[in-house]
Amino acid sequence: MTTLPETTNRKLGLVIDLDVCVGCHACAVACKEWNTGAYGAPLSDQDAYGAEPSGTWLNRVHSYEVKPQDGPAQIVHFPRSCLHCEDAPCVTVCPTGASYKRAEDGIVLVNEDRCMGCGLCAWACPYGAREMDMDAGVMKKCTLCVDRIYNAQIPAEDRVPSCVRTCPANARHFGDLADPESDVSRMVAERGGYDLMPAQGTRPVNKYLPPRPKTPCETGPGGAGEASVATPPGSLLGWLDRALAVIDGE
Amino acid sequence: MTPEPELDLSPRVSDEIRKTTCYMCACRCGINVHLRTGPDGRKIVSYIEGNRDHPKNQGVLCAKGSAGIMQHYSPARLKKPLKRSGPRGTGEFEEISWEEAMTLATDWLAPVRHSDPRKLAFFTGRDQSQSFTSWWAQAFGTPNYAAHGGFCSVNMAAAGIYTMGGAFWEFGAPDWDRAKMFMIFGVAEDHDSNPIKIGLSKLKKRGAKIVAVNPVRTGYNAVADEWVGITPGTDGLFVIALIHELLRMGKVDVAYLRRYTNAPWLVIDDPGAADHGLFARGEDGHPLIIDRRTGWVASSEDVDARPDLQGEAILPGGRKARPVFALIAEKYLDSGHGPEAAAERCGVPAGAIRRLAGDLARTAFEEEIVIEQPWTDWRGKRHEKMIGRPVAFHAMRGISAHSNGFQTCRAIHLLQMLLGSVETPGGFRFKPPYPKPAEGHPRPHAECRPDTPLAGPHLGYPMGPDDLLLDEAGSPRRIDKAFSWEAPLAVHGLMHMVISNAVARDPYGIDVLFLYMANMAWNSSMNTAGVMEMLTRTDENGDYVIPKIIYSDAYSSEMVAFADLVLPDTTYLERHDCISLLDRPVSEPDCAADAIRWPVVEPDRDVRGFQSALLDLGARLGLPGFVEEDGSPRYKDYADYMVRHERRPGIGPLAGWRGEGNGRGRGAPNPEQLQRYINNGGFFSTEIPEEAQFFKPWNADYQNWAVSMGFYDKPTPYLFQLYVEPLRRFQLAAEGHGDRQPPDAMRERIAQAFEPLPTWYPPHEGERIDPSAFPLHALTQRPAAMYHSWGSQNAWLRQIHGENPLYVPEALAREAGLEDGDWAWVTSHHGRIRVPIRITAASNNKTLWTWNAIGKRKGAWALDRDAPETQRGFLLNHLIHELLPPKADGMRWSNSDPVTGQAAWFDLRVRIEKAGPDEESLSPDTGGQQSPVGTGPSVVAFGKAWKQ
Repeated sequence: MTTLPETTNRKLGLVIDLDVCVGCHACAVACKEWNTGAYGAPLSDQDAYGAEPSGTWLNRVHSYEVKPQDGPAQIVHFPRSCLHCEDAPCVTVCPTGASYKRAEDGIVLVNEDRCMGCGLCAWACPYGAREMDMDAGVMKKCTLCVDRIYNAQIPAEDRVPSCVRTCPANARHFGDLADPESDVSRMVAERGGYDLMPAQGTRPVNKYLPPRPKTPCETGPGGAGEASVATPPGSLLGWLDRALAVIDGE
Repeated sequence: MTPEPELDLSPRVSDEIRKTTCYMCACRCGINVHLRTGPDGRKIVSYIEGNRDHPKNQGVLCAKGSAGIMQHYSPARLKKPLKRSGPRGTGEFEEISWEEAMTLATDWLAPVRHSDPRKLAFFTGRDQSQSFTSWWAQAFGTPNYAAHGGFCSVNMAAAGIYTMGGAFWEFGAPDWDRAKMFMIFGVAEDHDSNPIKIGLSKLKKRGAKIVAVNPVRTGYNAVADEWVGITPGTDGLFVIALIHELLRMGKVDVAYLRRYTNAPWLVIDDPGAADHGLFARGEDGHPLIIDRRTGWVASSEDVDARPDLQGEAILPGGRKARPVFALIAEKYLDSGHGPEAAAERCGVPAGAIRRLAGDLARTAFEEEIVIEQPWTDWRGKRHEKMIGRPVAFHAMRGISAHSNGFQTCRAIHLLQMLLGSVETPGGFRFKPPYPKPAEGHPRPHAECRPDTPLAGPHLGYPMGPDDLLLDEAGSPRRIDKAFSWEAPLAVHGLMHMVISNAVARDPYGIDVLFLYMANMAWNSSMNTAGVMEMLTRTDENGDYVIPKIIYSDAYSSEMVAFADLVLPDTTYLERHDCISLLDRPVSEPDCAADAIRWPVVEPDRDVRGFQSALLDLGARLGLPGFVEEDGSPRYKDYADYMVRHERRPGIGPLAGWRGEGNGRGRGAPNPEQLQRYINNGGFFSTEIPEEAQFFKPWNADYQNWAVSMGFYDKPTPYLFQLYVEPLRRFQLAAEGHGDRQPPDAMRERIAQAFEPLPTWYPPHEGERIDPSAFPLHALTQRPAAMYHSWGSQNAWLRQIHGENPLYVPEALAREAGLEDGDWAWVTSHHGRIRVPIRITAASNNKTLWTWNAIGKRKGAWALDRDAPETQRGFLLNHLIHELLPPKADGMRWSNSDPVTGQAAWFDLRVRIEKAGPDEESLSPDTGGQQSPVGTGPSVVAFGKAWKQ
């Protein structure tokens, strides 16, 4: 058993806007690209050019078809990574103390030196956010790019997780969700940001912003159309004449 | 509690950053390439991120861009020149030296140039150096050159340029910062993807309404506020119904139409006359209008006249003429063009069409944007404000890839212009060097003679039948029949017809097929299995019908296996390139910009950038411009060409830092130029002055600025062409007027397709088949995380898209007894494929779809032969023939848009049936090829190299 800090000063996390996520996988690949060369062991790929390619990813995008009561099915793109839960079961289940939650900022990490690859944490995580690296034999998970966000060697504006920096649709936002005045907290308040699977009692830090309601084309309100200037036939000409007279100041 | 480990929170990211241009798709984003020094002292690419300063992507980067490392280190990279040693298609090669390779190529090409240059067909696929490759082909003297536009989106380019002197994507963009309503039609998500996604997010942030028109609700369509799941090929009907509604409500921008378009120009109304439907012109050649002050005819050049948009004029001589706008009102107000007439065919309720027309009208006219920025028009009149209509449109492949795509794209442009939303704030804006009217482009050239350069560029914009490229017998001069009656406005050529025409020796046979970066033996051809057979077909002597094939590619693609000589290209991080204003630059509506690639790492294989190899070949052939007077090569390599070549005095491939280093657009070559680009992050960008940023075709300050930049040599203001007179000239020929006459069998389709006002006609394939036998549509979508066939060699991207099921709408699946994971037969008039299916509820209910170009041939791309791409990845291409089904007279026409020759991929009609219990594998089997580069490693753990 590994203990969680009682509180953390800050709660760093992501706010992901499902209204604008187009499911392009930019975040997932940028994450893999950064993290294969950064914190801990590389994110390896098995059978990379073969029949059953698989690999370690810290962030994956899933696309779901959702059928509302009225209107046609919608597709919702759903990026999934560690939510840096306040009550992280992946930490408390860890037999070696490898999984831990940082007291300073709430980031959940794996200390790979202590990880024996038992996989209990992945089993405990209700979100499927941890993946065992098959090459290194250690558990991998989102680090919130802990080696970017404080990194004095990169420009200040780049000190955000790789997925946030790269997202072309600006659907991913990073900040301190403990601070009600932060941009991310305001966004959550304004847009009704929600917890993923709250019944699990994990109190995730990351939040999702729901898609805005859509207009169903098929069953939406039919337009009566504005009054016609073209009926009876030929009356467009009268309208046009008046329009031109106005332009010409007649 | 265990103490927390100490972390290094500021690790060194890399040893060096080099900034260049991405090539993971055609978007041309700026990238920062991080390099580390490996244990052996070689530089390793360790991380690629978007360049924040770059006008295209502003720091962001898509999945493909971030996966660039895996493309750069792909196991499919070619290593040395290859000479075929086994039969074509088998992939049996011997490695040869560059000297042998270049000697062989020269020995094949020199006799062709000396005897009959047209026997070389040189087509360059996804080339980003067309201003250079076309110059080479012009110097060689063959008429047979083009790039891939003919099977991509020539309909958009041609419709845009003939109509308004600019086009979607390459030459224009929505005003993302100001638009309040945005309609997006059929856009592939692997092209231009970062700018569109940045733009969509800006629209979302401002609460602008996004309407997506697409049979499939993935990607951009998924996030749109409203999805119009239209039936493929009917977008034109839908748009024309919107036009009908706007006219009916009187919601058109009369002042804009009168000032900036040819709406007032008089069209001769004299049925049967040789000039019926052409513009009535004065003695000075300028079109005539009706002046409201007098009711009489006046010149369109008369600045004091108040042009009328209606009525009827009596011309000198007594003939009648009517303003363009009067013809528009008459045509589109007809109830046959209303929402009710379109609804069923489009699969869109009439009420929804009316509602959307109302939304457009309200947004355009009640939410008008005013920018307090004075500007001066080309007639010297000062305007105090810039007034905009904040409705913007974008459209691409879904419109383009139909046989009615040219006219459908024209209809969208007509809608934009009626709303007054082109080149105004909030609407659609041109990107330099556009705007540029069709007349401002060259005419096409094809007359060729031995050992002589072509008299002008291959591709251009015909103004009428006189500009067609026909020989004395009326036969096409080009192998692809571009600019013949089959495809009169084929402004990008017809690459998809080259192989089949060459094999049919129609209009003639060729000696050498020379291709660059085009997977014509696979996903870039219709009728893939058929084309593979054509590439291997032999004549009565056992010789290949296409005698010699030279191919250049960086990777072991399917096409490599069909080449006789392979020139291995570099990866995009190992090469010089220029993303030129002479070609397809990286400009945005507020700036002119171009960019370079440069070798941020050196190749570790015996490969050469194709453009450098082509310069060498040009010099060996002694092509004019490629050699000095003493016969020595003029350019050392492509980098040298990029700096020193001048197309016109002072105008070269790169616009930045010319002359002494301060020249923009114009100036003498500057030997320091490439270093200046490198110092600036790999690109050059210059802002358009604020008073010149809108109304560009009519804005005196823009015109002067464009001249200063060298886009043209004198101001070229022009009016938008609602009514396109060159189209009418072709129609007149079809009606029997003029010396150049189409074959009788083609008169009807030319008369139909060359309507001078936008029109809709049913896609051709659907008209030639029995709709009860082929009731469904089938098409492909482009995933955002994969680009054409290139992505499958990428260890990361292939984990996202390693296979492609056919998506079947729920109701159709039920009808066919299909369940998720079943296999099904899909049949077209041409062929039959067996594929895995998945059920969807988020698509048009008559449309089957799948992802594009995921399927691979066994042995290609250094993949294992049992890779999912070969087992559960398929091409729809097998169902699509390059020719339409025969007509009653046995004639078979190209499966293309009759105006431009654009490949009509999405006209495809099919039926679907459940496969039998023992039929759970792909069909057809396209065999396999040997890999000249072996297969990739089992485990990839990138990053290990510098962690040890």
